[in-house]
Amino acid sequence: MYRYDEFDHTVVAERVLQFRGQVARRLSGDLTEDEFKPLRLMNGLYLQLHAYMLRVAIPYGMLSSRQMRKLAFVARRYDKGYGHFTTRQNIQYNWPRLDEAADILDELATVEMHAIQTSGNTIRNVTADPFAGVAADEIEDPRIYAEIIRQWSTLHPEFSFLPRKFKIAVTGAPHDRAAIKTHDIGIALKRGPDGETGFEVFVGGGQGRTPVVAKSIRGFLPKRDLLSYLEAILRVYNQLGRRDNIYKARIKILVNEIGVEKFTALVEEEWRHLRDGALALPDDEIARIKAYFASPAYLDIPGDVPEFDSKLLTDPAFGNWVGSNVTEHKVPGYAIVTVSLKPEGGIPGDATAEQMEAIADLADAFSFGELRVTKDQNLVLADIRKSDLFALWQGLRAHGLETPNAGLLTDIIACPGLDYCSLANARSIPIAQRIGTRFGDLDRLRDIGDITLNISGCINACAHHHVGNIGILGVDKKGTEFYQVTLGGSADENTTIGDIVGPAFGEDDIVDAIETIVDTYLGLRTDGETFIDTYRRVGLAPFKETLYAAR
Amino acid sequence: MPLAKDGQLIDDPWTLVADGAVPPAEGALLVSYATWTEHRDALSRRNAPLGIRLDSDQSPALIADDLDRFDLIALDIPVFKDGRAYSYARLLRERYGYAKELRAVGNVLRDQYHFLHRCGFDTFEVATDEAADAWWEALSEISHAYQPAADARRPILALRQARTEHSAPPRPDTATVAAGWAY
Ligand code: HEM
Ligand code: SF4
Repeated sequence: MYRYDEFDHTVVAERVLQFRGQVARRLSGDLTEDEFKPLRLMNGLYLQLHAYMLRVAIPYGMLSSRQMRKLAFVARRYDKGYGHFTTRQNIQYNWPRLDEAADILDELATVEMHAIQTSGNTIRNVTADPFAGVAADEIEDPRIYAEIIRQWSTLHPEFSFLPRKFKIAVTGAPHDRAAIKTHDIGIALKRGPDGETGFEVFVGGGQGRTPVVAKSIRGFLPKRDLLSYLEAILRVYNQLGRRDNIYKARIKILVNEIGVEKFTALVEEEWRHLRDGALALPDDEIARIKAYFASPAYLDIPGDVPEFDSKLLTDPAFGNWVGSNVTEHKVPGYAIVTVSLKPEGGIPGDATAEQMEAIADLADAFSFGELRVTKDQNLVLADIRKSDLFALWQGLRAHGLETPNAGLLTDIIACPGLDYCSLANARSIPIAQRIGTRFGDLDRLRDIGDITLNISGCINACAHHHVGNIGILGVDKKGTEFYQVTLGGSADENTTIGDIVGPAFGEDDIVDAIETIVDTYLGLRTDGETFIDTYRRVGLAPFKETLYAAR
Repeated sequence: MPLAKDGQLIDDPWTLVADGAVPPAEGALLVSYATWTEHRDALSRRNAPLGIRLDSDQSPALIADDLDRFDLIALDIPVFKDGRAYSYARLLRERYGYAKELRAVGNVLRDQYHFLHRCGFDTFEVATDEAADAWWEALSEISHAYQPAADARRPILALRQARTEHSAPPRPDTATVAAGWAY
């Protein structure tokens, strides 16, 4: 994975020192809270319902075991012994103190981590496919370009006071595991006319109260032009994005208001001036970054591993876990493991310091010392020898990390909701916990199969409910918590926004409603159909019928 | 309001002409875009310095053809969150080749000096006399920049290209990776 050179080190170290000064000026009263707010936000420090929250960037989700141990250390020393992995491949600490914030950032800097631009109206942490480099369907490793974008966007002098926050995601594979079409800019690696790799560029995706699927504005962009093209998009947006209403300030609104053709024309015109300037990417810089993401030293081993096959048969619990949490690796004899952070009754995405350390140890023992964070709030160990899977599973089990539900109904994505968030209408976490308990039976879960369920506590949609196969949105009706349900959303290469089923459900009815939806699907599906397949075939009507018939 | 350049307070010889007023014949005048369009001919015939002040929703593209008439362009930042002036400044410097005084006016705070300077501003209207003191500190807090911009800094990419082989960065090697990413 990428390692800082002297320049990266200097930028991050100086940034912490600068922030330390800003905190000191705030504490001494030189800065008002109003003036301090954008400064702390640019360094990832939010003010929440009960306390400050620090959001630390995990660029494109990559972590070394050493970094993970540092995250555990921070959780223990500066927080209440745990951290929360988010849908943006970040980690959040919910209880840091203002006067210790710079100390935390100092700790993180020693392992080449930071919280720069994890909030504020800036270009945020760049996200990418958590299976980057190991997926069989990959055209090229998206992390190379995500890292190049990370550097370009870091402390960008022109784009630090954008109309609104700005999120960029990159996928290197045709099957999109990074939800690029829900981002302000989505970048998909693609082969050009002569077989060379470049990018397709999508703009204007977003969630919140106006969910929009990003539109393609350039079918093929050569690699050398990546940064100049991004700069052109951002420059158009920075000048024309709305600043009179924060709900209309995202780039999706600009693209919709002026139309994608006009927007594209403006970008292309701007780019004409920029493309041959200093932002053109030299081949040797791409090669330099690429070297950091070279494959680890895989052994030349057979794809068939008899001892693994026999364990599958003799240990059904292991077999269940392999069934849901283990994915095909591009190299024979290896496998990709998803470590679920969704135990029954737990808080989606939470991990304790002990769990973080345990996973770091397992990464060292079995996966070249590296791990990844996914947008589904899980972790990934990407390079496990099949013959090590059983030992790994036992290691995970010792720390409650073996939940066999990756990609299944209880692999719920949920935002903090009313338990932590000052903007919430309703609680998300208890609903996730109750659904987890209701669908605790593993055989039933496996029978239901692949499905995504997302719960946001308000229309800001932090948990991507619009693009969940089943989406739950907390709404407030005269001071009571209600839950609106959407069906048919998806966040892959066929991104769609879910359809609202009808009137919202009360707190006591929402789990039953989910069960009705699932039962309706089970009654309608044909062989091999997942929930989303069935939904796309039959549409909303049958679900509406069963949901509201009984009322 | 005090005016600062390179961390020093400087005199402001410019007279701001109120909208609707007839520009006087003498002296260095700073006019709004509205005044400029209304009195364009008269202002062009004057033999004294002329400056223009643009609001944050007025792109410098509006005056791109007239740039050689101005000795000062002032870009308004009504609230620090309004970042349009950063793009305008770079366009003026890098696209249109404007080389004279470029002034940031409005809500200009110490923690913005660095980025404003990188985007091409050279004078700053500040809230208090003391606000200028932090200038050099603000500019030197972060010594390298990843991006090319309108200032003279060489971006990190260029510094890397110039780097000699023996100071090359740590290369990934699987032995250290497998050993738990130790240095
Ligand atoms: C508890 C503190 C939080 C607050 C106050 C908060 C606030 C917000 C707000 C105001 C928006 C809407 C922005 C817009 O539409 O322009 C938003 C969107 C979002 N937030 Fe959060 N959030 C919080 C926690 C989280 C967490 C924990 C996650 C990750 C699990 C998260 C991920 C997101 C995502 C992915 C979006 C959607 C971005 C889009 O519209 O494209 N947020 N958040
Ligand atoms: S969706 Fe709403 S309630 Fe949930 S974290 Fe985001 S802002 Fe808070």
